[in-house]
Amino acid sequence: MSLTPSNYNIVPLIKREGILSVLEKGSRIDGRKFTDFRSLSITQGYAKKAEGSAMVRLGDTAVLAGVKMKEDVPFPDTPDQGNFIVNVELLPLAYETFEPGPPDENAVELSRVVDRGLRDSKAIDLKRLCLVPGKKVWTIWIDIDVLDYGGNVLDASMLAAVAALYDAFLPKVEINGEEVKIIKEEKGERVPMNYPVVSVTVAKLDKFFLVDPELEEETIADTRLSISYLEDGRIVGIQKFGSGTLTTQELDAVESIARASTSRLFEELKKVITRPEGGVTQ
Amino acid sequence: MLTLQVQKPKLILEDGRRTDGRRPDEMRPIKMEVGILKNANGSAIVEMGKTKVLTAVYGPREMHPRHLALPDRAVMRVRYHMTPFSTDDRKNPSLSRREIEISKVIREALEAAVLAETFPRTTIDVFSEVLQADAGTRLVALMSASLAVADAGIPMRDLIAGVAVGKADGTLVLDLNEEEDMWGEADMPIAMMPSLSQVTLLQLNGNFTPEEFRAAIQLASKGIEELYKLQKETLTSKYSAYKEVN
Amino acid sequence: MTEKDKIRTLVLPGDLVGEVGEQQAWSPYIIRNGNKLYSTVIGLLEQRDNQLVILPLEGVYYPRPGDLVIGLIEDVELYGWTVDIVSPYKAYLQGSSLLGRPVNAGEDLRRYLNVGDYIMAKVDSFDRSSSPMLSVKGKGLGRISKGKVVDVSPVRTPRLIGRNRSMVETLSGETGCEVLVGQNGRVWMNCVKKESEELLVEMIYLIEREPYTKGLTEKVKSLIRERLGVNVASPEAQANT
Repeated sequence: MSLTPSNYNIVPLIKREGILSVLEKGSRIDGRKFTDFRSLSITQGYAKKAEGSAMVRLGDTAVLAGVKMKEDVPFPDTPDQGNFIVNVELLPLAYETFEPGPPDENAVELSRVVDRGLRDSKAIDLKRLCLVPGKKVWTIWIDIDVLDYGGNVLDASMLAAVAALYDAFLPKVEINGEEVKIIKEEKGERVPMNYPVVSVTVAKLDKFFLVDPELEEETIADTRLSISYLEDGRIVGIQKFGSGTLTTQELDAVESIARASTSRLFEELKKVITRPEGGVTQ
Repeated sequence: MLTLQVQKPKLILEDGRRTDGRRPDEMRPIKMEVGILKNANGSAIVEMGKTKVLTAVYGPREMHPRHLALPDRAVMRVRYHMTPFSTDDRKNPSLSRREIEISKVIREALEAAVLAETFPRTTIDVFSEVLQADAGTRLVALMSASLAVADAGIPMRDLIAGVAVGKADGTLVLDLNEEEDMWGEADMPIAMMPSLSQVTLLQLNGNFTPEEFRAAIQLASKGIEELYKLQKETLTSKYSAYKEVN
Repeated sequence: MTEKDKIRTLVLPGDLVGEVGEQQAWSPYIIRNGNKLYSTVIGLLEQRDNQLVILPLEGVYYPRPGDLVIGLIEDVELYGWTVDIVSPYKAYLQGSSLLGRPVNAGEDLRRYLNVGDYIMAKVDSFDRSSSPMLSVKGKGLGRISKGKVVDVSPVRTPRLIGRNRSMVETLSGETGCEVLVGQNGRVWMNCVKKESEELLVEMIYLIEREPYTKGLTEKVKSLIRERLGVNVASPEAQANT
């Protein structure tokens, strides 16, 4: 059951007015322009036991993604494809009100939105995760730990997931007919990535649209719209968060703002994932 | 070799029609009814094609446990749930991650409409049961929920109407059917408070160009107008006796 | 129709009901968006002088100070009682209101009102932050010791009372029973004859079912007369058959 959240993060009214009055002057509380992302760093290989990992810091937000994989049987309707599973954890160490336990609705929603962005963009080449058609495929686990909850966890999670996937290698495999020998100790091919995907979140606050909201902006925002993009501007996922509303004209405006903001993210991602298109030669 | 694989069917036929014979901008047959449960404060059932969802509203009522109550508004508790026999294969009755997410987006969409500040320290409970699942269940659930809230007499800014727009074989289609949902290239559920022109729910699963996205919103708006009219007719017909009031 | 009768129209949530400009009373059933006014409930819209009023057709009882309500004692506490008034909010009656003096330490309040007792009370105060406080100071207020209580939808109370109390007076005058309508949808009655009590209950449910039928008061009157064997050929009864 989904409940109206209690006011665990009450922003004093005067602060709201303060934030709004700064916005009226065309700037944000941390000095950014409305369309600016916060400082961003992406570090691959942060967790060495993972087959691939990435730490993303976006302003005060810190997110660590790790990739693991295991052999699996394919789904009957996709016998020649591997699978992947995304799981976001809002860890108790990330924020004062977060509790241990199974993922709450916010974590579930984040997982599913990241999953859809990766799936619908076809960023991962699932066919190349097939070992023996109908018999054996790879299942890739993308676990995303939110370490510091500083606003816009979704965009950071998407960046971390993509960077970790680009960092990841499958174990070495020797295939002899239907016989598959997996050598866990040795690196095999890279996880087959087609292209990166990014998510851009825009918060609506009064009459303002703010890209990459930090925690206070996010808390007092009326609503947020997160849109996932490919580099050519194609939209590969949308999720509206929160109980506020937008007009269709505002949707138009938000989409344009979000799309214009993707280039910075693709640039930053490319700094760490430079390698030939498609990753690995057969 | 890949005998198991089901082939994607053609979704748009030679004559430009869809697999179920509809035009791209045509919705499935719709049926709505309010006030069908005795115990609930408000209730409604909405059918769209073979999708059927029943919603009951209880409240505003005292909140238990009390510490979850909010001092300035009613807490809304929303559960979207599919009955085990609503799908081809039996669905496990426990709440799936999908149902958890949908419960949340429905709650947020309803909160945009309900004047929860009228009843501080109380709870408004909304229970939606999907009786038949055949694409579009979250929107049908949301529409039945909005009718049930109105039927319960809880003040709200507007009713909420919603429909999915998708892309099948490159064509924009209104109100996806199950095949289009499974094989189409995009599925964008969108819900609005029509008289206020406000979008309360928006998701996209699949891919759109920015131009398609805008065209999809236009197409959805047309469907939403139609659904909204039906919702109003449904409510009006329950009170038709009051039309010739003294 | 008399000249007092107003034109009422059915409105639904989201229906445009007017424009800002003319004098407007605050109502939870009307909201403003820009300079337009919208209904928030299923109700009947009435123009009263310069004011738009919506009578909701569904909903719960929202307590207002001054309301006469019929409450059910739910719990006996040290210094008072928790009272169910068919509202999202539990009401509280202080012992002193009933006793006319402070409650003595250790005094057993069950001696005065126990769980399951009905009381007739007035809402003394209620705001958004605290429970409704009841008072039983006043004539006719206090424990209900005789008669019968029935529950109807609280949004029907205006109709049960009627314009200038016409309906409630018809009900009591024609049946010979005492009738009191609580604003919270509870109706108390005290009849001499079982037969008239049964008929009265039937009439109350009829009014709940079809509150806005044309000439309802006359219909109720003639039905009662018919059933109790009073001359039904009276002019006003005839006019409504």
